[in-house]
Amino acid sequence: MQKSGAQILVDSLLAEGVDTIFGYPGGVVLPIYDVLYDSELRHILTRHEQGAAHAADGYARASGKPGVCLATSGPGATNLVTGIANAYMDSVPVVAITGQVATSLLGRDSFQEADITGITLPITKHNFLIKDTKDIARTVREAFHIATSGRPGPVLIDMPKDVSTGMAEHLDPGPVQLPGYRFNHKPNPEQIARAVRAIEESERPVIYAGGGVVSGGAHGELLELAEMMLMPVATTLMGLGGFPGDHPLSVGMLGMHGSKYANYAVSESDLLIGIGVRFDDRVTSKLEEFAPGATIMHIDIDPAEIGKNMGVDIPVVGEVRLALRQIIDRLKPRVATQWRDKITVWKKEHPLDFVTNGQLKPQEVVREICNVTRSNARITTEVGQHQMFTAQYYTFTKPRTFISSGGLGTMGFGFPAAIGVQVACPDETVIDIAGDGSIQMNIQELATAVNYNLPVKIAIINNGFLGMVRQWQELFYNRRYSYTELKNPDFVKLAEAYGAVGMRVNNKSELRDVLEAALGVNKPVVLDIPVEREENVYPMVAPGEPIHKMLG
Amino acid sequence: MLHTLAVLVENSPGVLTRVAGLFSRRGFNIDSLAVGRTEDPEVSRMTIVVDGDDRVLEQVTKQLHKLVDVIKINDITADEYVDRELVLIKVNADHTQRVEVIQICDVFRARIVDMGRKTLTLECTGNHGKINALEETLRPYGIKELVRTGKIAMVRGTKNTGYQENGAKEESL
Ligand SMILES: Cc1ncc(C[n+]2csc(CCOP(=O)(O)OP(=O)(O)O)c2C)c(N)n1
Repeated sequence: MQKSGAQILVDSLLAEGVDTIFGYPGGVVLPIYDVLYDSELRHILTRHEQGAAHAADGYARASGKPGVCLATSGPGATNLVTGIANAYMDSVPVVAITGQVATSLLGRDSFQEADITGITLPITKHNFLIKDTKDIARTVREAFHIATSGRPGPVLIDMPKDVSTGMAEHLDPGPVQLPGYRFNHKPNPEQIARAVRAIEESERPVIYAGGGVVSGGAHGELLELAEMMLMPVATTLMGLGGFPGDHPLSVGMLGMHGSKYANYAVSESDLLIGIGVRFDDRVTSKLEEFAPGATIMHIDIDPAEIGKNMGVDIPVVGEVRLALRQIIDRLKPRVATQWRDKITVWKKEHPLDFVTNGQLKPQEVVREICNVTRSNARITTEVGQHQMFTAQYYTFTKPRTFISSGGLGTMGFGFPAAIGVQVACPDETVIDIAGDGSIQMNIQELATAVNYNLPVKIAIINNGFLGMVRQWQELFYNRRYSYTELKNPDFVKLAEAYGAVGMRVNNKSELRDVLEAALGVNKPVVLDIPVEREENVYPMVAPGEPIHKMLG
Repeated sequence: MLHTLAVLVENSPGVLTRVAGLFSRRGFNIDSLAVGRTEDPEVSRMTIVVDGDDRVLEQVTKQLHKLVDVIKINDITADEYVDRELVLIKVNADHTQRVEVIQICDVFRARIVDMGRKTLTLECTGNHGKINALEETLRPYGIKELVRTGKIAMVRGTKNTGYQENGAKEESL
């Protein structure tokens, strides 16, 4: 039986197990929307394509399944770009589908034509321009395979209108055949043996765990390895939740705004075990002085990460989960170590801390959100000080509960991502911890949350500044606050205008009650929480300094 | 140091852009790049000459491997290989210089493919060094126009760097 391309597309998505997509219609995707009209595939209409891309991203991070977004050609497609780049930097499996002008109009600057495969070349794992209706089913299969396997990442499919309206037989494409797409699942046994020996011989080992632990489902193995060898675990921003933050061996986050004890531990280690990490500059700061006395071990699925930023002594390429399992199986547990005791002392001597006064502090807000949710919510964030305070003061104990834009640092990510998280986890509490600046970058998605009754909570930590930029101006530009002070709308009224609930925390003593009231409402709630205006995020490694030299 | 990579790629639209884009984005220097089809019509072969130390080369290779359209990469720099470049040179040669230019031509086993009133156009194939030498020798006469293909290369003997040997990517670790 012949089907239209649009029908084949939607049926192929269903065949991949997709239940929900996030999108926004337009001219060249009309045939696809016509099929969606009575399809079992759920479509969530966001209010901006960027929202759709971030929602798909949030959905994927929370569920571990690929997220799907759909947009029309030209401006619709370019509006996805930030979202795609965001997913690329954080290795999130997203399949983005864009409409394109008809093949006969391609390359002629036609109405709403944008070369989206060209534009997204450097920010996708791979992309496709489908030129023939017959190729749709196979392309969709390949796209999902590429997005979800190996090191995950976004894949874009560009579908010209005549490909959607064209008719073809919908044949099962069968297994994927991509001769150029291979990766190592299984680590090299020799490297595993070297890794085991290095761990056995080390006196001051530290694990540095990243997003690859979370996306590779290796949190169980990580816990096992750390406990049997009594190794402290520092995580990156992306790795939060990959190791329980309340565990005695956890030293929290490392790097620019990491804890002092994490940065000290790394700096004094004799073996640094990077797992699913990329030695990003926000972690390492001055590379030459990063873990200067340590043997560097790096376990990752992507061989290109080995040695990209940092020279590596023991590379282990393969699935992190498999690699950790093989390492664990060859090790004998340790009983007690002086190193561990030293870290316990550092933790006592240099705790994460801030000065309290009559004013409500952003750190207190995050801590209270952690208390009232009992560390049991799915938290997204925007980008800025509130993001770092969340990383520092919310204790994440489970993977996929902290969802934040790490690599790209995209303001405006948190709220649409929270919508995607809520769709993936309908029965869980989902909170976007936001800044008053960032939230205004995708505030229109309040309409989406209300429309689909997605009871996402937005906690705006309102300092009336683009706080993180203001902090840099204070520290490095003589307090010249150039264009960082914000005149904000009344967020409570704004929420109400959208049909959501608005609440405000008027003073410190109200905080807990208002938070609990907000969590009790089964609707989207915007919480305006005015805080101390010029609080800074500490500790802080100034740019170019080694990580053991911290301000604050 | 210059490295010569033999890269087999899927003969799909955009593959050249993907490879070239990767080089510029990551700051790798291409010295030359030649591309054309192979014994298999679905597969093209790029000969890429890259400038960089071992570390750069390792990154280039690994990043290239990540492109879905890249099937196989061989760094043949250390192998015994035959390499050729083709050059077309239009050089000044009025009646006073013509004989000399033709003699040079003979020495380099170049061929004259066109003749103008005041110019000669030569064709020459050879390895990089030979082409450079020819270019230098002709420079004093005044080169009006010059075009080089970039190098193509093949490993000597029975060792095969083509698609047939095995379709698999070589693992670099
Ligand atoms: C899209 C985008 N534009 C600009 C920036 C640069 N930037 C980083 S943090 C920040 C300030 C964020 O302010 P706010 O959301 O109020 O959070 P706060 O730092 O005050 O907690 C800015 C402008 C960015 N990360 N993303």
